Amino acid sequence: MNRLEGSGPVFVYTVSDLTREIRDILESNFPSIWVEGEISNCHLHSSGHLYFTLKDDRAQIRAVMFRSQVQYLSFVPEDGMHVLCLGRLGVYEARGEYQLYLDFMEPRGVGALLLAFEQLKARLAREGLFDQERKRRIPFLPRVVGIVTSPTGAVIRDMLQILGRRFPNLQVLVRPVKVQGEGAAEEISQAIEDLNQWPGVDVIVVARGGGSLEDLWAFNEEKVARAIAASKVPVVSAVGHEVDYTIADFVADLRAPTPSAAAELIVPLKADLERAILDLRTRLLHAMEKNLKDRRAHISNFMGRLQDPRRRVRQERLLLDELLSSLQRAIKAELKLKRSLLEQRAAVLETLSPLKILGRGYSIVRRHPQREIIREASSLSKGDLLDITFHRGTALCTVESASE
Amino acid sequence: MEEKSFEQALEELKEIVQILERGERPLDEALSLFEKGVSLVAFCTKRLDEVERKVEALLRGEDGQLRTCPFEELNHSS
Repeated sequence: MNRLEGSGPVFVYTVSDLTREIRDILESNFPSIWVEGEISNCHLHSSGHLYFTLKDDRAQIRAVMFRSQVQYLSFVPEDGMHVLCLGRLGVYEARGEYQLYLDFMEPRGVGALLLAFEQLKARLAREGLFDQERKRRIPFLPRVVGIVTSPTGAVIRDMLQILGRRFPNLQVLVRPVKVQGEGAAEEISQAIEDLNQWPGVDVIVVARGGGSLEDLWAFNEEKVARAIAASKVPVVSAVGHEVDYTIADFVADLRAPTPSAAAELIVPLKADLERAILDLRTRLLHAMEKNLKDRRAHISNFMGRLQDPRRRVRQERLLLDELLSSLQRAIKAELKLKRSLLEQRAAVLETLSPLKILGRGYSIVRRHPQREIIREASSLSKGDLLDITFHRGTALCTVESASE
Repeated sequence: MEEKSFEQALEELKEIVQILERGERPLDEALSLFEKGVSLVAFCTKRLDEVERKVEALLRGEDGQLRTCPFEELNHSS
């Protein structure tokens, strides 16, 4: 106390005054600054404002980004991320705290690109842009191959060489674009649209040689992804080396590991096709020939089995003749048998015939005119008339006398 | 030129050859298949050779219209 009184009148701040003065100094000296640091204690408030602490290995400072700015962020801030921020320093008088009010923030370094890549990839995947059902078939033999790439350099030269070797008279339409840097994504997506409008283009290859993640960045931009998804013509992505994956690779209908591989994939070897056609042509001719030959053999076989009706009549006639002659033979034999039987009977009859007895000198005596056969002389009287039958002829006689 | 593709024609030709090789079809049907096959062979062969090799660049002119020029010319001018 003594010291205070002894040194004359002093100016005493109120807390508010002091704070206001501090605020004026801070806010006028740091109205717009870039700050780099690591995010920690990140918290997205329900109001949509984002609160976190920006720190490095020796210090930290509170930071806030209001909802109106948060919506423009190209990434979702998380603890541990290294970010570059643009904002102003401000003092929150009620709590005596100073903090950064941020207008803009972006991830720093390669990690930042990877982050944006992963985040865009996840978003497009959720939208279904990578779905297998969306993939269109790459045509077997495209009429015109559209290529979106840089018109200079090894990539297009190699591709044209491979295409020409595989299919010498192939038609190729190159849509030259910037494949990296400012505006590359716009050019690439426009080129995809342009090739869609050109008649005959059956496949589009989006190609770029190898490079760093930054070099390939255009192929990771949403604009390019959207153009590929919207393309009516199937799109093949051929960006970087085999190990490089871009968003374009995921959206494309086919991913080729390299531009040269794309050239191999999209066009068949003309020589193979020629050989295949020739082979099919030969088989076609042989098959038809065999068809005809088999048919002819079949017909002649059938003809052989089919009988000539005249021949059949001839055969029947022969059979008939045979039957007839055997019938005749049978009748003849029967007749002969009958005849010999008859002759036998006749011979028997003949031996029994009275005429035959008469032949041996006997005669038959009958009373005339009664014709009763006389067997005993006692039945006769003198004067009876008798008919005598001889072997040949008859005689009428008178009995002169009869005796026993 | 919205006719059948080379691939479709080739597939159809393969089928016809296989049917004929089995030799089960009646002669008139076999004959008409054969004729179809012959025309498919002609179609495929023609499709392989009909076009000239052409490498062009597609450009958008000042007027915003798309046009083409030989690819080689493009490289010389740039």
